[in-house]
Amino acid sequence: MKRQELLVAALENGTVIDHIPSNKLFEVVNLLHLEQMKTSITVGYNLKSKKMGYKSIIKIADKFFSDEELNQLAVISPNVTLCLIRDYEVVEKREVALPHELKGIVKCANPKCITNNEPMKTLFHVVDGKPATLRCHYCNMEVELDHVKLV
Amino acid sequence: MGNRSLVTIADHSKEKIMYLLRMAGEFEKHTNRKLLDGKIVATLFFEPSTRTRFSFETAANRLGARVIGFTDPKVTSSSKGETLKDTIIMVSNYADLIVMRHYLEGAARYASEVSPVPIINAGDGANQHPSQTMLDLYSIYKTQGTLDNLQIYLVGDLKYGRTVHSLLTAMRHFNSTFHFIAPKELRMPDVYKQYCDLHHIKYVEHTDFTAETIAEADILYMTRVQKERFTDLMEYERVKDLYLLKLPMLKYAKDNMRILHPLPRVNEIEYAIDDDPHAYYFKQAHNGLFARQALICDALEITLDDVINDQTIID
Repeated sequence: MKRQELLVAALENGTVIDHIPSNKLFEVVNLLHLEQMKTSITVGYNLKSKKMGYKSIIKIADKFFSDEELNQLAVISPNVTLCLIRDYEVVEKREVALPHELKGIVKCANPKCITNNEPMKTLFHVVDGKPATLRCHYCNMEVELDHVKLV
Repeated sequence: MGNRSLVTIADHSKEKIMYLLRMAGEFEKHTNRKLLDGKIVATLFFEPSTRTRFSFETAANRLGARVIGFTDPKVTSSSKGETLKDTIIMVSNYADLIVMRHYLEGAARYASEVSPVPIINAGDGANQHPSQTMLDLYSIYKTQGTLDNLQIYLVGDLKYGRTVHSLLTAMRHFNSTFHFIAPKELRMPDVYKQYCDLHHIKYVEHTDFTAETIAEADILYMTRVQKERFTDLMEYERVKDLYLLKLPMLKYAKDNMRILHPLPRVNEIEYAIDDDPHAYYFKQAHNGLFARQALICDALEITLDDVINDQTIID
């Protein structure tokens, strides 16, 4: 193996989140609350990618997320790929899918929405379409997925 | 109990709407009753709205309920930083039903989720105002004898006008044809036109407002074109007098046509029209009393049968 391929160390057990658009890296970190984790995490930023030009990658040791947690990633970067690693082997590869409802993840863009004025969790319904939009459960304002801001 | 709340008219089926209209009809026949004897209705107005509050409080009082509440949030703990949730839970200790007007959008939905007693939305910001929609529907039903297959003309501010949007949503069940008459800046937003397409609601857009345009109308629903809605004041000056209803414009109007307006009116309906048989806006506001009596009773699990067989009628 050439040296340049070893930019990021191999993982014994854990989760690899690959093909993150570089400008979305820190949003992914925030969304999964990686800053609160105690296990070792390797972050690769602005790595060259054939598919994307530049990408970011996160390797999280000894951590397996629930589907619910991972599907939240679809809100900010629908094209990430996930690899679950056990004993250095990829045991599962999957893509993320946008859930029907998003609770406590996305901020409502309407400043007069109750969710921006009361200590409460936001709730959005995903409206199918291209691009998909999110509709606030409370004030009904719709926002395109590309323009969402996280809580 | 949360599911007895009324947050938006969109939650109601065609059958439920007709059921509530029949109940409102019973209350019009006999308005004064003791049906709600022993009940307490709280009216929480986080934003002032005198006519809506009077209408709800009169509706409750004429059914024998007692009313508590506030009309100015400055005198309540919300001015000390209390959350809406805490206020609602506190008030629900005292009242059987909460009627709430709030300046924030989505406040009613949230209140209905945290409240142990039913909530009736009396307006939440620019979002929903279902009791206004119920009185509009009742007025249309009463004057036309049906809600089906009507030609409904919406005039004025169709962009920000909450009442016209709610009316559109509620009428999706009834095969109406809508006509949108508005200046460019205040046109019906695309999202509502898409809603019409999705629900197979027929609509036609007009920019001119003449006797000929409205000749086929069954309902002419007027709204106010407000200066503060315009980004371009020149545009406002240009269009402000184009959407005023004047008496000669009624010369081709059908006999059954009625003019509705959510009020307050400023100058968009000429005063000379008030005495014309097509004018209906003041009676429309009066109908709000019966519509709200029906909404209050429904939220308190009083059925149409209870109302028909009511032994507590006073007048």
